[in-house]
Amino acid sequence: MSLAETSNPSLTQTLLYLDGVSVSFDGFNALRSLSLVLLPGEMRAIIGPNGAGKTTMMDVITGKTRPDEGEVMFDGRHDLTRLDEAEIATLGVGRKFQKPTVFENHTVEDNLLLAAKAPRSVRATLFGREDPKTPKTIDAILATTRLADHRARLAGSLSHGQKQWLEIGMLLAQDPKLLLVDEPVAGMTDSETAATADLLREIARDHSVIVVEHDMAFVRELGVKVTCLHEGSVLAEGALDQVSADPRVVEVYLGR
Amino acid sequence: MSARLDRLGLVFVATLIAAAIAVPLLSLAIPPDSPFYLPPYLVQLFGKYLCYAILAVALDLVWGYCGILSLGHGAFFALGGYAMGMYLMRQIGARGVYANPILPDFMVFLNWKELPVAWWGFNWFPYAIAMAALVPGLLALAFGWFAFRSRVTGVYLSIITQAMTFALYKEFFRNDFGFGGNNGLTDFKDLIGFSLQSASTKAALFSASAVALILAYLVSRAIIASKYGKALVAVRDAESRMRFLGYRVENYKLFVFVLSAVIAGIAGALYVPQVGIINPSEFAPANSIEAAIWVAVGGRGTLIGAALGAIAVNFAKTWFTGAFPEYWLYGLGLLFVLVTLFLPKGLLGLALKVGQPKPREVISVAAIEEGAEP
Repeated sequence: MSLAETSNPSLTQTLLYLDGVSVSFDGFNALRSLSLVLLPGEMRAIIGPNGAGKTTMMDVITGKTRPDEGEVMFDGRHDLTRLDEAEIATLGVGRKFQKPTVFENHTVEDNLLLAAKAPRSVRATLFGREDPKTPKTIDAILATTRLADHRARLAGSLSHGQKQWLEIGMLLAQDPKLLLVDEPVAGMTDSETAATADLLREIARDHSVIVVEHDMAFVRELGVKVTCLHEGSVLAEGALDQVSADPRVVEVYLGR
Repeated sequence: MSARLDRLGLVFVATLIAAAIAVPLLSLAIPPDSPFYLPPYLVQLFGKYLCYAILAVALDLVWGYCGILSLGHGAFFALGGYAMGMYLMRQIGARGVYANPILPDFMVFLNWKELPVAWWGFNWFPYAIAMAALVPGLLALAFGWFAFRSRVTGVYLSIITQAMTFALYKEFFRNDFGFGGNNGLTDFKDLIGFSLQSASTKAALFSASAVALILAYLVSRAIIASKYGKALVAVRDAESRMRFLGYRVENYKLFVFVLSAVIAGIAGALYVPQVGIINPSEFAPANSIEAAIWVAVGGRGTLIGAALGAIAVNFAKTWFTGAFPEYWLYGLGLLFVLVTLFLPKGLLGLALKVGQPKPREVISVAAIEEGAEP
């Protein structure tokens, strides 16, 4: 497997670097020359109305969608536009879907086992031995995600909020450098939402995170730098108060 | 349910071992006037059912556990059958109608002078067995490599597997293709020196089929129980999640698809000496669809259910085609519709459910609200 590499010194401080990324589907411009820089250890919230390009941006970063033009660099040296989903995941990019996606017919524990950092080849999963550290990692994640009492349950029988946490837990087990989290609190109760904010802040202590979210109260609770997308490019960026005071943002959100 | 399934697996294996021992005894060591006597034609019939059961286990491995509904597994079965048929043809030697020591009758009839390269080596039994596994495996490898890399899934994949078996069906019909054309291969005499007509050979083939079914089951079981097997089920249920976790989904599918084709090929190789003929009709698309029906009826994703489904449906077919020959296909179609509508987990799923006390586990409120509990 040859991972696309370049060595541009000005990029090496960034974890994720998007420059002039454009994507169009059948004439609809989902992304228009989007540029975004994320530093190592940073947590960023992405907001924007429906159709602003948030999910497409995640698709581009994770290799699901190839951009028509533009540059996407990870860790300063990997050109993500030339890699596929599995390669990008192996580099250390984890993704949580908008709709909770867990393995419903597996137990909570097996979900984490499959996600845990380990060789992914057919041979390794058929004949390989489990890393002796994995059970400890899984225990720790079960505690973090408040699922310790549910480890033997089938993931399909969890509540919506628990599935969201399990999926976040799977991302943790994968131990990526960058987590992309798409609408983690959609459909959650207020207390679940608050707990999720705690969880993400905890994760952000040693991971870089991008959170896409509609819920402004939740974004406020996270208390991080915010990027507002509109029609496929960045409309405003900065602290939430500053962004939400921006007249253009107000216009986009409240309609003209 | 999985623990119960494992216990049932023990019963299944024990029953097959008992059958592998008892059937030859009942057929060979008991006088024909005893009520327990098994006539050779029944031994042969049961042996045939076991070969179908192996095919069903192979299909369940890819369909039940990886979600690949192959409607072309009949092709792998038939290819294995042809490899065995070619060996059996060459064993006939000078005893054929044209008494040619090298060329099978149909080649003499077509006025061929030399044995085609594809037939070389098939006078040697181990080579023929190796080919019965290798040829289906290589076809599955080539086919799966293209299909899974291109991310062909679901009904589209099912359709191209049908196309694959249909193409082979057409090809094997041609005399020029060199495998006996329309008539296929038949008039077999003996297998590694044992006459195929003798009751003892038939009993031995039955036992060999039972052992092969046990092995196919145990290998499949071991694979399902491994981390690979868990990954396979995960691919079935949430393929893109697996990709974003860094798994090469196409390789996972390819491995199980090839393994399944090899098992199907071995089933075909055991089938041919018991039925005494292999011809292009074994590639007929309907055969592959029938195999999928056995699995659905017995219970997808259980292995044992698939095997029992194959045996039960074929038992019914034998009886039905004797009693009302015209209506069998309607009966089969109706069975498939009913099972799909009312027994999503097949007959075995029903049996497990009936025999089990209500689960104590509380199903989450959210799941009930969403009606998501399957």
